[in-house]
Amino acid sequence: MIAVQMAVTVAILCNCLFISQQRLVRSHSPSGTDEPNIFVIANQWVVEPGDLPSRVTEDLVALRSLTEVVDAYATNSYPLSNSGTNDGISLQPNQKHSTTTAALYYGDEHALHTLGLTLVAGRNFNADEIIDQGENGQPQPAGVIVTRTLADKLYPRGNALGRTLFMTSESATTRIVGIVERLQIPWVGGGPSFDAILDNSVLVPYRPIWQSSYYVVRARSGQLPATMKAAQKQLTDISRERVIEKVQPLLDARIEAHRNNRGFAVFLSVVCAVLLVVTAFGIVGLTSYWVAQRRRQIGIRRALGATRSGIVRYFQTENLLIAAAAAATGAALANALNLLMVGSFEMARLPIGYTVAGAVAVLLLGQLATLWPALRAASIPPAIAARGA
Amino acid sequence: MFNYYFRLALRSLRRNVVLTVLMVAVIGAGIGASMTVLTIYRAMDGDPIPQKSDRLFVPQIDNWGPDMEERPANSDGLPEQLSYTDASALIAAHTGRQTAMYSTVSALTPPNPQLLPFTVHVRATYADFFAMFQVPFKYGGPWNTTDDHSHSAVAVITRELNDKVFGGVNSVGRTLRLGGDDYRVSGVLDDWKPTPRFFDLADNRFGKTEDVLLPFTRAIDKQMTVWGNDFCNGDVGTGWAGYLRSNCVWIQFWVELPNASEVASYRAFLNSYAAEQRRNGRFHWAPRTQLRNERQWLSYEQVVPPPVHVMAIVSFSFLFVCLVNAMGLMLAKMLGRAADIGVRRALGATRRAILAQCLIEAGVIGIAGGLVGLLLTGLGLIGVRSLFTQQFIDLAHLDLSDLGICMLLAVVSAIIAGLYPTWRATQMQPALQLKAQ
Repeated sequence: MIAVQMAVTVAILCNCLFISQQRLVRSHSPSGTDEPNIFVIANQWVVEPGDLPSRVTEDLVALRSLTEVVDAYATNSYPLSNSGTNDGISLQPNQKHSTTTAALYYGDEHALHTLGLTLVAGRNFNADEIIDQGENGQPQPAGVIVTRTLADKLYPRGNALGRTLFMTSESATTRIVGIVERLQIPWVGGGPSFDAILDNSVLVPYRPIWQSSYYVVRARSGQLPATMKAAQKQLTDISRERVIEKVQPLLDARIEAHRNNRGFAVFLSVVCAVLLVVTAFGIVGLTSYWVAQRRRQIGIRRALGATRSGIVRYFQTENLLIAAAAAATGAALANALNLLMVGSFEMARLPIGYTVAGAVAVLLLGQLATLWPALRAASIPPAIAARGA
Repeated sequence: MFNYYFRLALRSLRRNVVLTVLMVAVIGAGIGASMTVLTIYRAMDGDPIPQKSDRLFVPQIDNWGPDMEERPANSDGLPEQLSYTDASALIAAHTGRQTAMYSTVSALTPPNPQLLPFTVHVRATYADFFAMFQVPFKYGGPWNTTDDHSHSAVAVITRELNDKVFGGVNSVGRTLRLGGDDYRVSGVLDDWKPTPRFFDLADNRFGKTEDVLLPFTRAIDKQMTVWGNDFCNGDVGTGWAGYLRSNCVWIQFWVELPNASEVASYRAFLNSYAAEQRRNGRFHWAPRTQLRNERQWLSYEQVVPPPVHVMAIVSFSFLFVCLVNAMGLMLAKMLGRAADIGVRRALGATRRAILAQCLIEAGVIGIAGGLVGLLLTGLGLIGVRSLFTQQFIDLAHLDLSDLGICMLLAVVSAIIAGLYPTWRATQMQPALQLKAQ
């Protein structure tokens, strides 16, 4: 029974440790932007104004004119929002299977500065490259900025700058004019399909001229709350014929976006911790029971000259043998369980390090748990042998 | 006899309180963890409209062809929504109850000029939606098919929106200002929150219904942009007209087919429609269509997210370990009472009597463990509500059926854990026990 408990514990522990660690790492993964100082305004016009392009310009000019504002731009989506647009990216026109997928972020020449992105090659957009994009239509930009990860994926030999890529509209040729260090896709909530493209982003030189869009604003360091208020007031002063559905700092968006990741990790950790406690108590209990059953034998052995530490070592070794068998079975079980979860539940393959760590941990737990009953056994006086049962 | 065993069980449990407490605690912990997850799982996996599951259907059409490699991640790669062209054609061709719909947003200007306009979520749908899905009304009723045809500016609102905008009164006939236009309120919905939102699983699976429902035809006229899941392949074209002509799939489509012959004829109709599209050159591939009823649709869409499956596996494995633990404790208890059982056997108790008594004892532990487990489940669900996002919060509540399952699970697992110790107890030789005094 000890063996069964330990084996299942190893299987669960290995997988839980791995998944928790994965999820926690995911929840700390950087978006690549200056998160503490950025906030997003969700702007919706009640009725689509006839002169929408000049309204958007007016809003952005007003926002940028605020002293507390470093920069601002209008966009379709932003990191940590879990919503946006993605597209297949190919190296050849009319390629049957895209080379990879990437998130598309619309932005003007202010986007880079607003997000705090670091340009590692090439250049930012020029003001004359920016195209006003209506609600329904397709990105066919002449030039885009991509992330380093995406550039490496498309051109592994590292010469992506100036090279071409093809997006949805398979005929239009797009050139990579700039490469930024990092910009995460909006979907951080989970799923291995998104994990695989987590840092694949494309900045498209478009200004969304939409009835509903987002304004991303970067505040001066340490002035976020005041800036948020000022920005909202600025926009409502210009017109009350709009709805500002939310004004959200990126740090809040981060908490929301990763909430389920964190929750999942916490749940698994708590259950694992209790599992270890229950298994430990189980070992203590069963071993104590065996000690009680074998009181007479232990007494006889002590009477015949076995030392206290000899008795302890006996029980420890007994547990070690059981634990070793259990750990081996448990490790196999852990991998079987993992394969099931990979196949059916979109989990990742368990690395061997976790299997080993889990097995060793439970082994040590077993040894530790055996110690107390073993010590109790060692204190059984040899006189028991003489006394009879 | 049962009464006697029951009292014996209680007495025996009381004799070694520590052991009893440990057994109850360990079973309680296992039940607590597994029931926490099971409650959520059952809430997600449930069929919200079982009385009509086999009459409501979702048609699917492959309007991309085998060359398009970007596809939704489901079992057959068929689009889960329809394009505008296909949805319109299907609506025009069928005479029974059906609805095409999509989700959008708009701005509502409240009648009180002091209040600022605010965002509302809108569902653009057909009149049949309400009858098909048995949506309850508090005041008034849905618009009718004539309104669908004439693209009328009429709307149905939820109780919450009615409370917010009209103070909760019967607002039928009143005007709602949406996106700068006036809409006549034809009805106010009563509370309606199907879990999951089976009619639109693309986005927000466990959320609430949209605040405003209005005719699909009207939304198309006003070019209300899609605010949900939109999947396009290849060239989309420009502007609203281009979008409607494109192969983007963004419309949820449901049809009600009351009997098997209607289902068969609709299936045939779908295939002939797809074949016709091929003949007139819009499709360049063999027709591929599918028709699933609501229950099949829920299973196809795999409503329960993978992490919940993993949590279920982990928590039930934990329950298993707890049961093995409990088994060990019960075994220790039985063997510790070997003398006691020996005496009873010597006095004439049959093996069956001992079996019954031991199992009843296990059952009593199960009941106690179940109660502890229930308490822990309550705590566990509080934990879940504070840890996860909104959609989990609404799912993490115990209802009566969960309660029942909890107790049943506890008693059954305790009895299963007790089987081996009970067997050992019945195998005891009375003579050996009596001798060993």
